[in-house]
Amino acid sequence: MRITIIFFIIALLSTISADAQKFITKTGYIKFYSDAPLEKIEAHNRQVNSALDFTTGGFVFKVLMKSFEFEKALMQEHFNENYVDSDKFPSATFVGTVTNIKDVNLSQDGIYDINVDGKLTMHGVTREIHEKGTFEVKQEKLLGKAKFNLVVADYKITIPGNVGNNISNTVEVTVEITLEKANL
Amino acid sequence: MNNKLLILLAIIAPFFVSTANGQDELLSMIEKGEKQTIEYTTATFKTTRMVIGQSIELPPKGNLLFLITHHFGALNTGYENLFGLKQASIRLGLDYGLTRWLGFGAGLNSDRNTWDGFLKFKLLRQSKGARVMPVTVDLFANTAIYTNKWADQNRKNYFSSRLTYSVQVLIARKLSNSLSLQITPSYVHKNLVPASADKNDIFTLGGGGRIKVSDRVSINAEYHHLFTGQVVSTKVYDSFSLGVDIETGGHVFQIFLTNSYGEYEQTFLTDTRGKWSNGDIFLGFNITRMFTIVTPKRLRD
Repeated sequence: MRITIIFFIIALLSTISADAQKFITKTGYIKFYSDAPLEKIEAHNRQVNSALDFTTGGFVFKVLMKSFEFEKALMQEHFNENYVDSDKFPSATFVGTVTNIKDVNLSQDGIYDINVDGKLTMHGVTREIHEKGTFEVKQEKLLGKAKFNLVVADYKITIPGNVGNNISNTVEVTVEITLEKANL
Repeated sequence: MNNKLLILLAIIAPFFVSTANGQDELLSMIEKGEKQTIEYTTATFKTTRMVIGQSIELPPKGNLLFLITHHFGALNTGYENLFGLKQASIRLGLDYGLTRWLGFGAGLNSDRNTWDGFLKFKLLRQSKGARVMPVTVDLFANTAIYTNKWADQNRKNYFSSRLTYSVQVLIARKLSNSLSLQITPSYVHKNLVPASADKNDIFTLGGGGRIKVSDRVSINAEYHHLFTGQVVSTKVYDSFSLGVDIETGGHVFQIFLTNSYGEYEQTFLTDTRGKWSNGDIFLGFNITRMFTIVTPKRLRD
């Protein structure tokens, strides 16, 4: 019986310590960029939500599609209206893990390479993605950076024939977040 | 036995806790702090015109819209007139979005060399979320000046006789991604009317809507009812227009059939002389091109 109680206490403690290792941001930055002969398309989102569980490596993102800002207002309207159907699919989410989170040492400032695996859901389509990035540990904060390409057709985002030459099929996604310890 | 079960439970408990501590909890952690925002409806119509009349849309802030409106002659004028192709009524216009709620514009019409200038205010914006507003409401007001030569040079002509005004309340709702409807009560004032039986103040009630048939193509219709007894000296009809919007990047093409020959509010609301059943129908098109003049400050880096 005593052993059981001890086990329970350990279990309880482990959850508490896990809580203390959560990181969060609400002001992350995501940019996407696509270059095509006629038109350069670039959009910025500075309201990216992200959270990391440092003990398990659990890593999530949530991005409101309507928070992407374009240089041309018309592009922004077409993006929401014709390409990503923001009314129907208001946000994109990523649910995954930093598979090598154990390599990151919070007490040692520096830049660590990370591997991220998980599921990206956008425009109602969920796909597995595996990308590389970096975590920079700086005064107990985690500065995450990644750059990767997405094929828009993978997410059933169609580009019509008459503007096909204006818009590239792949977009380069740049992610920059500063995760801070969550106050729980 | 009971002890063993408890021990087993105690061993597996941390695993359950850790899965509960996984991504779902992380997601709810970020969602917890999310404030409910006001979600404004966008793109009720593809451009600032429903077909020939104003829609509730304004050019986005800092954007200039160049609008070419062209109506050919009547289809029932036969081959001699190439079914109207040899004739044209045209308006060249510019619309500018000064702020999110204020736009203005001007145009030059081939009809009596008329210049028109207008202001468009957004009073209410359809929204959901933190604030629910069922409709978007705009107030539109214009002044038009005929600048052609006086028809009768010998009588005393006043400058004020060249002026006409119109005021419209545009009330629209985007019912779904593909269906938007608008109601447009209008008031037109003409300083000079052809006969004393004609009213200087004219009221109409109109409306219209669009149905999207694909992401970039919609079918639009617009109707304005002119209450009887206001325009007497000329035989006039209610204005009805039916068109297709085709959007390609920065352009919107609107191709339509209408029984109104004129392009600005005063003419098509109160001086529509074509009758659909007679084939007095004009083929027309609007071509719009949007130019970004001022980029939002945040994006200038």
